Order: sequence, then structure tokens, then C-alpha cells
Amino acid sequence: MPEQTFILNGEQVSVDIDDDVRLLWVLRDVLGVTGPKYGCGLGVCKACTSHINGQAFNPCSVPVGDLQPTDEVTTIEGLPATVGQELHPMQQAWLQYDVAQCGYCQPGQIMAAVATVLKARAAGHEIGDADFDEIRNICRCGTYVRIREAITAASANF
Amino acid sequence: MGDQRTATPDGAGTAPRGLGRRRFLGYVLAAPTLVVAAQFGEAVLAPDRAQAAGIGVPEPSEIFDLTDMLTTAALPTSGLISIQLNTDGTATFALPRAEVGQGITTSSAMLIAEELDLPVADVRITLADARPELLFNQLTGASNTTVSTYTPIRVAAATARQRLLAAAAAQFGVPASTLTTSAGVVSSPGGQSASYGSLAVAAASLTTLQLTVTLKEESAFSVIGTPQNRIDALDIVTGRKQFAMDLVVPGALPTMVCRPPTINGTVVSVQNLAVVQAMPGVTDVAVIPTGVAVRAQTFGQCIDAVRALLVTWGPGTEDDATDATVLRELQAAQLPFAVPAVNLLAETVEASFSFAFASNSALEPNCAIADVRPGQAVVWGAMKSPIVAQGAIAAALGLPTGAVTVHVTEGGGSFGRKLFFDAALEAARISQAMGKPVKLMWHRTDEFRQGRTHPMSIDSVRATYLLGQVLTFEQRHTSVATDFSHGLGEVITAMVAKLPVGDIGFSETIFELSQQTPYSFGVTTQLLSEVDKGFNTGSMRNIYSPNVRCAQELIVDQLAAAMGQDAYAFRRANLTDPRAVAVLDKVAQLGSWGRTMAPGTAQGIAVHPEYHSVAAMLVEIDCTPATVGRQVPDAYTGPRVTKVVCAVDVGLAVNPLGLQAQMMGGIMDGIAVALTSGLHLENGVFQEGSWDNYFYTRQWNVPPELQIVVMPSASTTPGGAGELAVASAMAAVACAYGRATGTMPTSFPINHSAPLAFVPLPTVPPIPQSPTDGLTSAY
Repeated sequence: MPEQTFILNGEQVSVDIDDDVRLLWVLRDVLGVTGPKYGCGLGVCKACTSHINGQAFNPCSVPVGDLQPTDEVTTIEGLPATVGQELHPMQQAWLQYDVAQCGYCQPGQIMAAVATVLKARAAGHEIGDADFDEIRNICRCGTYVRIREAITAASANF
Repeated sequence: MGDQRTATPDGAGTAPRGLGRRRFLGYVLAAPTLVVAAQFGEAVLAPDRAQAAGIGVPEPSEIFDLTDMLTTAALPTSGLISIQLNTDGTATFALPRAEVGQGITTSSAMLIAEELDLPVADVRITLADARPELLFNQLTGASNTTVSTYTPIRVAAATARQRLLAAAAAQFGVPASTLTTSAGVVSSPGGQSASYGSLAVAAASLTTLQLTVTLKEESAFSVIGTPQNRIDALDIVTGRKQFAMDLVVPGALPTMVCRPPTINGTVVSVQNLAVVQAMPGVTDVAVIPTGVAVRAQTFGQCIDAVRALLVTWGPGTEDDATDATVLRELQAAQLPFAVPAVNLLAETVEASFSFAFASNSALEPNCAIADVRPGQAVVWGAMKSPIVAQGAIAAALGLPTGAVTVHVTEGGGSFGRKLFFDAALEAARISQAMGKPVKLMWHRTDEFRQGRTHPMSIDSVRATYLLGQVLTFEQRHTSVATDFSHGLGEVITAMVAKLPVGDIGFSETIFELSQQTPYSFGVTTQLLSEVDKGFNTGSMRNIYSPNVRCAQELIVDQLAAAMGQDAYAFRRANLTDPRAVAVLDKVAQLGSWGRTMAPGTAQGIAVHPEYHSVAAMLVEIDCTPATVGRQVPDAYTGPRVTKVVCAVDVGLAVNPLGLQAQMMGGIMDGIAVALTSGLHLENGVFQEGSWDNYFYTRQWNVPPELQIVVMPSASTTPGGAGELAVASAMAAVACAYGRATGTMPTSFPINHSAPLAFVPLPTVPPIPQSPTDGLTSAY
């Protein structure tokens, strides 16, 4: 069976599994990294949103064989280390605004939020309603308004 | 230590009424460290609603509603709930309810913290396993948790505090009455102090004791009624919170089921079982009543195996049904209006509304872990009716109930879906068939197509009026049958003889107990009839109320217009409950009711009482072509709710921050069921198969402005909140839409009759393959 190698939350990992198994299952079922959640397996709900080389992506839609050994995958578990803190400012804002209800979508929401802020910043504008309207992550508990408030607050802090 | 005299909740002996109301019997259980307990369900709340009933004959739900029924049901049979004081100073409590996001672990921790004088952070809440001895009292539903646990949890905590005081008094050599408690420490006036942790052993008892405890006066509350963040917030934002699929149970490998192409289809034969069995990662394949189960090293390999299976399917239970045939069935079953002819001069307003099937699927799909061995079974899952689940699983496996252990995990949302235990039962059957532990998860597409639905319904209203007065108001709700077999039904079976609704069935009882007309509209009747039990249905957040309330408020707008009255002023003039008037006034004022709006935009206003609570909504909507036609890829945009103002009175709000969260979620649900979220039925197949087909509220549908006001309340007891917001939100959105477009909507969601906004996924294989282009869409 092929050996798959990539960097996960700062550590080089290797897994023996077929190329076409999607990364989400490698993370959850093989490596036991359960922050990224399954909500559809179709790249739609975005509950598994994580980062690859600093950009938001959905591991449910990436065959593990597509990863290079130098690709850096960051899940919610590895997010604080990207800023060298106990918690990323986005996580802090999530606590401050008590965003979560059931919490199932929130790791993905936070990872998407960080990328959305960085994307707006790269495009040279402050984050606002138009950016929020582009976030596709489902929250079936309907915490959307607090998500917007928390992102706005966090965007000044990283 | 407290005396041994038995106090009753409504006052014993010569105690002043205020004190008697706060005196209860607590228990100290025999244990090495302090364990205290209280009868669960002691807190029956005498409904003081009769006085709020308007003129005419009160409807049953005005004097005794579903909340009362679930609270009363607990009285004669309930067991004890217990709190343990640990030597590290923390208190632990296994809550016999399901946390699915509604915040009851947090509010329960607050109740304990309040009476125990312990920081909330030092209270640990877990979810209790199925406890059959609790009988009816382990059902999480009908927004009843805080209502029914409010007093018992506090009694147990107060008992603990009393024992800790006694232990400290003995240690300090001073009377307990001179001691004070604060933040987990007992202190004496002389400067001595002891932490709860240091007293936990000394305060324990070798035998079980009873003592009378007095609860804090509401005016002394310092935790209850203050905003408190969720106790699991840090675990959530770090990804550490564990849901069922995150648990590690040895040998429990990923498992999925290949399901039939139509609702409740059956397996006739499998053509390639050996081939699939030999696929990469696959360990087992087994035919079960609901399809063909596969177990593999990863869920990805399960998906591959499910898609590879060649199955000959038998017919389902609804193969010929489409939206149109079900609608005709409902129309044929509608009960006639009953009120005899009124004054010949009276005018009539009349309309019929239809409501599509809707999905109550949470983001966490149906899932469960099961480990079935000869003679015993252990199951893990988010279940709101674990006692019923335990019994059903035991029966399915041929085991005695006591041989089945049901662990309740925290759920990733419910919205009614987790009232049932479909996944737990299925997982147990698969584990038994394979002889191995399984970690079963439903695919998202199955969730929409084979999962339970909120049933399609129609609602007809006829009202008459004369000289500015509504004379009659009749409402007939006709629905595909709602399945209540998760245990609410058993409560009603036991209670039905005591209810003021006579000898009627489960669904009619739920309807009678939950539906109210808050307006004084003369002779008022509301009746339910049901058809067609071939669908997999269940309650969805707020059960019948959103559709019934929506129809009612739309007619209220029609009545007001017909009589030349302002929609808000007309409602206000006809509301009978001062609490309802207060919330309506609040949203009208904060939302600037009646302000001038641009063409194509409008306001809507509605009010809904239920669960001993009441909520009002003022909504603004934008139905201009530019907004309706805005483009988001693979999405339904449509009219946009631009502003919602909500006022809510739940009586005593234990956690206002959590209450606001519940209202916010309910508002998003109300927007969805009014505008976007419905299932299309075509030849026994729900066409929706993903979240980009089933249009639950997404960020592009979210109101940019939202204000939620928690009203001060004269009530000292909490009402229900978890479902409360949906009905009034849906109704206000519908009313605003009607006003903005000039046409009263009669079909919901309002996009339902438009051409499908997506290409339906195939039904064979039943689930789609995961995409492979995830790297190209990174951002």
C-alpha cells in the first residue's frame, strides 16, 4: 500500500493507505485527529474546513495521494501554534462572543473565519458583510450572527 | 444539620408562605465523599395561567399545556438525581437529559453553582446513561428541561451546602448558623475557613439521610439570571469536544449502510457481496432490515463499498407519492369548519396554506457506536429518549433490558431528529449481525432522503368579523402523521386520563396542548387531523406551531386590513395576556413599527406564546428584484430578511446569554421554513441530497441586523425556550413577505413551487462519491 507523507500540525506524518482515500478519513479514522467534522463528504457543508499551506480547504474533497510531503495541513488542533499562542485570536473571540451552540460546525467555522479575514486583508479591505455572505459553512444551530460579530472583533487582533 | 421534619413544596406547618415555597426535602446518600440527592420532578409548577385566559372558553393549552404535562408526568415515578462533592473541591452531576446545543449543561451548572456557592467553573456536568428507573423523566423535548429540573437540581445543591456547613461547624467548634459560604469555601466570623474539597469526606454519610433544606430567595441570586458562557466553549473552539463519532471504542470501525432508492425500500438480494467484501479496507458486509451494512477501516472506504454494492430492491412504502398526491390526500382529510352560521351581516376571511415536508436533520448526522456481544450490548449516541432506546434495542437484539447499556453522548444538534434513536438501533443490529463493534454513521444524502422529516401539512383558517370585532376563528390543521413513538407517546398514555382534552390520540393531544390562539377572537376552534403513516416523520423544532402560527398570523393581517386597522394595533387590541402585549409593544417600539419603507420592502410582526413563555418578532424583508436575483453559486438567495427584532419573556431566564442564543437559532430556523427550506417529494424520493439542495439558512440569508431583548419578568420560575422562537419568526417573515409583495403567500417555503434550483443526485448508488478537487478551491 502506498505511503502517504505530509506535514500535519507541524509534524511530518506518514500513513499507509490508498491514494484515493480522502484526507478527512485519514485525519479522523487513521490519525485520530477529530477536530475536523463530517457533515456531508461533498465539499458543501464545510464542517471539515482546515488549512493547507495557510489556505482554507475541505479535507473531505482531497484524495490523500494529492498531498506532497512538504504540504502543511493545519486542523483546528494546530491553529494556536500558527500564531504561537495558547489560543488563536479567532478562538478567543469565539469565547468572548459565546458563539457556539452544539459546537459541531465550529472548528470548521473558525478555520474558515481565519482564512476569510486573511483573504480580505490580502485584497486590501476590512472584513464586512459582503465577506460574511461568502462564507459557506453551515451552522444548523443558526449561530451566524455571533459568528459575524466574533470575526469582526478578531480581525483586529491578528 | 437540618431537621428531620418533612416539608412539602407548597409549604409545611406554620412556615410563612414565601419560605414554605422554598423548603424541600433533600437526601445525603451513603458514600465515601459527600453525595447529595433530590427527588427528580418535584418541581411541579402550578400553572397560574388560568387568570391570563381571555374571554370565552379557554383552550386546553391555556390552562394546562405540554410543559405541564411533561412536568407532572414525572411526579409519581421519578428517581433521585445526585450531585457528588469531590475532594478537589469540584462538584459533579450526571444530567439525565441530552445536551444537543441548547445549553442545558451550562444552565444546570449555574443552578448548582447558585445554591452551592461554588464557581460555575468548578461544576462538572456529564450526561447520564439511560436510567430506566426514571421512567418518563429522561426525555429531552418540548423545551421542558429547565422547567422540570430547576427545583430538583437546586434542592440537591442546597443539601450539599447544608452538609458542608455542618461539617465545618463541627471542625471549627462553632454553630453552623454563624458560618458563611462563598466560592467553594466555608468561613467563620472568627476567621477560620475550609474549602469544600477539604470537607467532602467529613460531610459524607455512612447511611442515607433525609434533611429539609431551604432554597435561596430569588432576590439573593448571583448566578441565576446572569449571562454565562457555555461551559464547553473552550473544548468546542479547540476541537476537543467529543461527539459520538470522535469516541475511541476498541474495534469499533467505520460503518455505513447502502440504503434503498425509495423511502423504506427493502433488500431483495445482493448480487456482489463477495466482491464488495474483498474491497480495500472492507472487513464485513451484512444485510440488515434497513439496507446493506458495510464496515471498513475508514468511512471513505465505506462510501466506496456502499457505491459498489449491486442490490435488488423491493418497493418502499411511498413509491407512488409526490408532493401533489400527498397534497390531495391532505385536502381530502381536512376536517370541516364547525361553527354555525353567524350574523348574516358578518364578513368572512378565509384561506388555505400548504407547508412542504422539511428536514430536521442536524449537522451531526444520525450516528452511534454499538458493541454487541453474546448476552450484552453497549451503545453510545446522542439520544433524547435513552430509556425508550434501551428497551427497543434490547427487544431487537433479544436481550433483557438490563443487558443493554446506553451511554448518552453530547449531540451535534437535534431539532427533533435525536428524539429518535434510529442510528443506535441500526448500529446495534449491525454489530449483532457482524459480531463486531461498529461505528455507524449515516451519509448526508441518506439524512435527507431516508431520514425523518417534518411532515407535509395544510392549514385552513376561516374567520368572521362584524363592526370591528372578530366573531369566530376556526383553524383546521391537516398533516401527514407525526411519529411520536420516541417516548412522548408513553408519557401521554400514562397521563391521558388526567388531561382536560378527553380521550383522543397522541398527536391530537400534543396539538391540543401546544396550540393556542393568543388573540381574543370569539368562538375559536383549532383541530388536527392526520393521514398517511408511510413516511418516516418526527417532530421538528416547535412541532406544529410554526405552520399553525404562520397561517394564523397571515389571517390576522388579513383581518386587520379588512377592518382598516393597523396590523400591530389590531393584534395589541386583541391580545389577552399582558406578557404578550409587553413583548409585542417592545418589538414595535424598538423596530420602529410602521416606519416608511421603500417599495418591495416591508415589515411583519407576530407573537407566539408556548411553554409558559412568549416571544414577539418584528421582521423587515427585502423583496426587490435586485436582492431576490442576487447570485451566489450553488445557492438559493431569494428575498432577504434584513432585520429582526425579538422580545422574549420566558419568566425567569436562568442564562440570558444562552436564551438569546436559542432565540437567534430559532429565528434562523423560522427564516428557513418560511423562505427556503423544504423537501420535494417525487415518486417516493425526496429530491434533496445535500446542504446545497436543502436550503437551510446560510450566511447569505442571515439578517444583517438582529436584536434580541430578554424581558424582565414578574415570574420567578423559568419557562421553555429552546423551540420558542421558530413560530413567531416564521410568521413574521411570512407577514412581511406578503406586505412587501402585495400578495399573501399560501405555499411554504415560498420557493417551493418554483423549478428545482439544483440537479437531484442519483438514487442508485444511493450516495455520491466525495469530490477530488478540494485543493483547487482552497482560499
